[in-house]
Amino acid sequence: MTPVFRLLPFLLASFLLFLPPSLWAQDGEFRLLIRNHRFEPVKLKLPAHKKVKLLVINEDETPEEFESHDLNREKVVMGKSQIVVYIGPLKPGNYKFFGDFNLKTAQGEIIVQ
Amino acid sequence: MLSTAIVVFREVLEAALVIGIVLAATQEMPYRRFWVSLGFMGGLAGAGLVALFAGTIAQAAFGMGQELFNALVLSLAVCMLGWHTVWMSHHVQQLSVQVRALRQAIVEEAGAAKMLALFIALAILREGSEVVLFLYGLSVESGGALNLLLGGLIGLALGVLVGLFLYLGILRFSTKHLFTVTSWMILLLAAGMASQAANYLVQADWLNPLYTNVWDSSAILPEGSLLGGVLHTLIGYEDRPSALQILVYFTTLGTLILLMKGVQKKDAKKSKAALGASL
Repeated sequence: MTPVFRLLPFLLASFLLFLPPSLWAQDGEFRLLIRNHRFEPVKLKLPAHKKVKLLVINEDETPEEFESHDLNREKVVMGKSQIVVYIGPLKPGNYKFFGDFNLKTAQGEIIVQ
Repeated sequence: MLSTAIVVFREVLEAALVIGIVLAATQEMPYRRFWVSLGFMGGLAGAGLVALFAGTIAQAAFGMGQELFNALVLSLAVCMLGWHTVWMSHHVQQLSVQVRALRQAIVEEAGAAKMLALFIALAILREGSEVVLFLYGLSVESGGALNLLLGGLIGLALGVLVGLFLYLGILRFSTKHLFTVTSWMILLLAAGMASQAANYLVQADWLNPLYTNVWDSSAILPEGSLLGGVLHTLIGYEDRPSALQILVYFTTLGTLILLMKGVQKKDAKKSKAALGASL
């Protein structure tokens, strides 16, 4: 075998390692509403150690940015539309998020149990 | 008004810092003013366009268009920064050995100037589109056009001012080692941007973070704070990085340093040979 072929298993393995985790496990969908520049629910409970699909639905006419330093996420949601944000797997704890365009009102927290 | 100013300031700051470094690194470029202005205008127009088509971009790639777009813009910026650093180290080496008259001919390479314009445009476009969306939302609802305009302008002015301070600071305090200082700043900037791009791909679920929260320094220096945010832009500071981000950060940094050193070595050999032949 040439050295290139000998490397093949390693290349394959490293490729698998970088594949998105959602291909391995899909663990439910959760919804978060934005209404009058507030999140509903303000405290959202999510399961621990699982990857979840979070649907952020903006019912306002104006754009909002769903952002969280705790979760390392940042995504604009246009008015009257929705986005998908994949979150986790997370350890139990509280993770704050906010709407960057309406900081005064748009504050919320994900509680992972 | 104040809250408007703060949001605009934070968005402008990031672009202003990046542009401040790049401008300090391209002192010698001829017709720079023209290309920089072009980059600024292109960036502003681009920001408007991106904001206008934000909905379309968001829906692309199964709802992950925004992440991919950001990752693409950041990756492009990383490539340009990397190219610039390697190119500069190549020419600095030549300059130190060869005749001074070559200097003009070298820096006049038009490609570098165009690259500078495009880089500035990309930096403005990415942060600027968010400012546009934010101000649009406010204008639809509050209607206080004057307050909005004033807040926006104050935020913009403050952001630009900080960028200007950085630019002048680099020039003032590193005149002797300008090349070395700006090269390192650009390398760190590029590594940070690459790690940010990787994070967008994680968010899009295209890449695996490998391991999340490798460390948590959010209690000491939160990324949301002013200093944390500035460091995030300048050197890619993260208070809770994933293993992938760290990997991408150091891979980018290492690759660029190796490229730089490689180019310098090759040049040194060449100029030695040339010197030997002329003797």
